[in-house]
Amino acid sequence: MYAATAAVALIVVFGIDWARLQDKMLRPDLVADQFPEIVTQAAKNTLIFTAFGFSGGLALGLVVALMRLSPSRPYRWFAAVYTDVLRGLPALLVLIFIAFGLPIALDVRIPGTYGRGSLALAIVSSAYIAEVIRAGIEAVPRGQMEAARSLGMSYPQAMRRIILPQAFRIIIPPMTNELVLLLKDTALISVIGVTPATKELTRFGRDGVNENANATPLVVAGLLYLVLTIPMTRLAGYLERRAKVSR
Amino acid sequence: MSANATPEGTTAEGDTLPAVRLRGLHKAFGQNEVLRGIDLDIARGEVVCILGPSGSGKSTLLRCVNLLETPTAGQVFIGDTEVTAPDTDIDWIRARIGMVFQQFNLFPHLTVEENLTIAQRVVLGRGGAEATDTALAMLRRVGLEEKRGEYPARLSGGQQQRVAIARALSMGPEAMLFDEATSALDPELVGEVLDVMRELAEEGMTMLVVTHEIGFAREVADRVVFMDGGVIVEQGPPSEVLVAPREERTQRFLQRVLDR
Repeated sequence: MYAATAAVALIVVFGIDWARLQDKMLRPDLVADQFPEIVTQAAKNTLIFTAFGFSGGLALGLVVALMRLSPSRPYRWFAAVYTDVLRGLPALLVLIFIAFGLPIALDVRIPGTYGRGSLALAIVSSAYIAEVIRAGIEAVPRGQMEAARSLGMSYPQAMRRIILPQAFRIIIPPMTNELVLLLKDTALISVIGVTPATKELTRFGRDGVNENANATPLVVAGLLYLVLTIPMTRLAGYLERRAKVSR
Repeated sequence: MSANATPEGTTAEGDTLPAVRLRGLHKAFGQNEVLRGIDLDIARGEVVCILGPSGSGKSTLLRCVNLLETPTAGQVFIGDTEVTAPDTDIDWIRARIGMVFQQFNLFPHLTVEENLTIAQRVVLGRGGAEATDTALAMLRRVGLEEKRGEYPARLSGGQQQRVAIARALSMGPEAMLFDEATSALDPELVGEVLDVMRELAEEGMTMLVVTHEIGFAREVADRVVFMDGGVIVEQGPPSEVLVAPREERTQRFLQRVLDR
């Protein structure tokens, strides 16, 4: 076992042309070339798509979750089909469909790359977020709704004032995870047309690769993703542990 | 039913209608018939205790009064309003009927004071100052004014239940429903809750109390209703039903409870 590991290690150390590797993947001058645009433009755009996509996904997801829990059967069915279909399809397919398919089919133009990209991301993430919110609402004890209703609150009042505030506290950790997933999914936007001003990290890195015949821009983009996602993942873990303790 | 079974309420203000009237009430959960024809009048200011073995339908009966459960058949009246009529504004009815639950059901994300003010503001449209004044007055009534800033999790079970009673009282209810209000409490905490309920009864509150506390029923109730199998088996003043029950089922139940 150790012999095999050592053999692999030797091959890696001596079999790989490290100088060439560094030249093609992490060339210092190309690394320097990426800045500051990769932060001021690409990372900024990634965060903009994430913010719009997540806000939209949250709003849509809340509506779908409430429909899923509605006493009205058509609402429940719609919500079930919506979540099943969107979670069952590749996000990339949905994105292309919304960016290119729908505008052709309906003869409408969703204005701007920000608009198209964010809308597509919002719709994809809303299906997952809806399920998280539904689980959160169902985790609030039944007696809470009964107590609120017995005081004369209407269903929407009780939802808004009593149930949702408690549900959102419960779902902060899984919601943070959804946020991280969405941030990574912004990479998919690189397949729909973007203007130079709306390039996000992946597209920025890819264009850099094409211009320089060198992987360095993509590696730098990858590192920037990690700079963004690792703190968020850690935060989610921390919140999860804290939620467990307080229960 | 004996003639003195429904004494005149102490707060009756010329209005002779009973506070709560149940007519031919049925409730089934699927095939399971939990209530099988209940007729019951509760006069204003009357304290009625409902006793019975578990599964006898007494909690369901209580929950039908404010429509937390929808009756399968029959009618519920609060004063002159038919609660079960399709065009009744049920939220408005519920705001007039206080309910206290076995599990307290305080809102854990709100402070004690906010627990008491939220429905006043949202449902009754009271302003912040008025809602707070009412809340504090009710907290004083249950002896917990100094806990106004605490979150429910920091209170004992008995204190939580007293806050729950104060929360219901903040709405200025015409009647109060108690659904096994002391069953989830440690024995040493039962007394403080029963004391609050006893004071309420003495002040003339109309109360419908589902309970296992025979002592409380004997002492405080104007009338005791014994239920079994989804029907009212026997009812009357505690001195009759609890001391000399006529029905065999009542005798057996009391025997079992008192033997414990």
